Amino acid sequence: MSTLELKIGEIIAEHRTKEGPLLPILHDVQHEFGCVDAEAEKIIAAGLNLSRAEVHGVVSFYHDFKPAADPRPVVQVCRAEACKARGIEAIIGDAEKAAGERVKIETVYCLGLCSAGPAARTGDDLHIRLDSQSITRLVEEA
Amino acid sequence: MSIIKISDDALARAGGADAIAAAFAKKGHEVHRTSSWGMQWLEPLVEIDGKGFGPATLVDVDAILDGSSDKAIGVIADHPFIKGQQRLTFARAGKTRPLSLEDYEATGGWSGLRRARQIGPEQIVAEVLESGLRGRGGAGFPTGIKWKTVLGAQVGQKYIVCNADEGDSATFADRMVMEGDPFALIEGMAIAGEAVGATQGYIYCRSEYPDAIRKLNAALKLCAGIIAPFTCEVRVGAGAYVCGEETSLLNSLEGKRGEVRAKPPLPALEGFMGRPTVVNNVLSLAAVPHILMEGGAKAYADYGMGRSKGTMPVQLAGNIKHGGLYEVAFGISLDELVNDIGGGTASGRPVKAVQVGGPLGAYIHPDQFDIPFDYEAFAAADALIGHAGITVFDDTADMGSMARFAMEFCAAESCGKCTPCRIGSVRGTEILDRIRAGRDSGVARERDRLELAPQMHNTTKNVARSVEEEITLLADLCETMKFGSLCALGGFTPYPVTSALRHWPEDFTDNTEAVAKALDAAK
Repeated sequence: MSTLELKIGEIIAEHRTKEGPLLPILHDVQHEFGCVDAEAEKIIAAGLNLSRAEVHGVVSFYHDFKPAADPRPVVQVCRAEACKARGIEAIIGDAEKAAGERVKIETVYCLGLCSAGPAARTGDDLHIRLDSQSITRLVEEA
Repeated sequence: MSIIKISDDALARAGGADAIAAAFAKKGHEVHRTSSWGMQWLEPLVEIDGKGFGPATLVDVDAILDGSSDKAIGVIADHPFIKGQQRLTFARAGKTRPLSLEDYEATGGWSGLRRARQIGPEQIVAEVLESGLRGRGGAGFPTGIKWKTVLGAQVGQKYIVCNADEGDSATFADRMVMEGDPFALIEGMAIAGEAVGATQGYIYCRSEYPDAIRKLNAALKLCAGIIAPFTCEVRVGAGAYVCGEETSLLNSLEGKRGEVRAKPPLPALEGFMGRPTVVNNVLSLAAVPHILMEGGAKAYADYGMGRSKGTMPVQLAGNIKHGGLYEVAFGISLDELVNDIGGGTASGRPVKAVQVGGPLGAYIHPDQFDIPFDYEAFAAADALIGHAGITVFDDTADMGSMARFAMEFCAAESCGKCTPCRIGSVRGTEILDRIRAGRDSGVARERDRLELAPQMHNTTKNVARSVEEEITLLADLCETMKFGSLCALGGFTPYPVTSALRHWPEDFTDNTEAVAKALDAAK
């Protein structure tokens, strides 16, 4: 048995008695491996007695689950209405420039910090009141 | 030495509250991490003996302690932003420690649940009906009627599901309840369970709220014995906006694609796992403990106007000077909220537009600012209250690009189940691009290969569409989306689009008369 199978097996065992266990399992797999790839989908499908198509359908529906791991650090930038009103579109270019190929800039819609945008998230850390300078620094330090 | 209060709300923490709290602690002060008062432009807000200092930074610490800080705002409870509010759901905001059972109990916590257990299901439902509470998620459906339906369903296992998938931009009241007063939400759910005979609850929280998830889990552990036999579990969403729609949320909770279900059957009869399920928004459930206190239902119904009873936690966001949470009885005007309380724009420029109700809400022109905050009054003005988030834009905003964003957002977040939403949003983006491109280049777009194909009977072959024809087409598409979509995502996306077109046609095209003409003809 591969380590992948072992680890995913553990995750499935932890959640399988829940009502609707698939999303909690996918979250844990995504967290553990940085993605839910075809191999993982196969193991999960077998573990829950679902078809691979069913599992893939769910994985591909949600933005949080990635088909392949991306080793780059991620900066999630909110570009929803409230952050637009506070000027994210004027500084997103600076973030992208600072990111280059090294950092991944991901668009999210709303971090719930709508009166203090532009807002961004790195891991579980949140950042508010960003301007050209601070967003550049944030990306450089990511 | 007096106790220093600093919020541990996500917004305050993003502003550096943790470091400031640590600095005070290092100087030997007792620091209590409380919920946020909701004056977000002042976060991180430091409170000593009821007096506030904000927005504080690390360099302010010494000055705050020796009383020489220029960040002083005086007594917080007397601040006009706080004084003008009627806080029921947010009664504890700024005052208690979110995860302190002691603080919760001392401020009337669990008394609603205790009373609910004494009066029994029928009476609980009767009191929720009497309070006039309507679903705070957006649709405004009477909560009591929903509960009554579930109570009447003769099936064994029933569920309480809390919709905490607060995806609308400009809304953060759910987040503040979950982070600042998690026990109130849990108590509301336990009361709902008592009312309809459900013993299992789920809180479906979006993954963008890590702090809320952490606090809810901790709170559930702490109060498990108090709410028993009711049990509750937090489930985390996975970044799909549409999962805020109740049937899509239920599918997601079951571990499926978050596709919308057709109604009927209503979730109240066939919801989670096909069982009768109460699906309520965080704010609806968090209002319940207050309503269930002795005389609470009547007191709640005394607030508000018309059929909009009680208070609404309004969220002031976007380009606004005094942004934050403002809980107030229904009936207040937009002008008061935006200009008097909010203080106008943060940039100091004139207000151009406000969007009420998130990405699916209409853009409202300052000429309409006399509309009272009331479900029916908003509906009559072709707008919606939704989750009561207000985004303010100054005069630099390009409403053409905001309208396009509405369609683009719908295309990105559509669940794909129904055609008007899935295809309509893509076509809507294209039409808006064509209209706006025509303005910039002055040249109408050439017909593409597909349009010239003989099978496409309804396209004109020789000349490009005029602006008026494009707008007519867009208005027609919006009509189709509005009435043909399964849920509010496709159904309400036309609101921001047509309202932006009607009020700011100059942001779309130079031929503004054509816009008015085409929109009127479509009406």
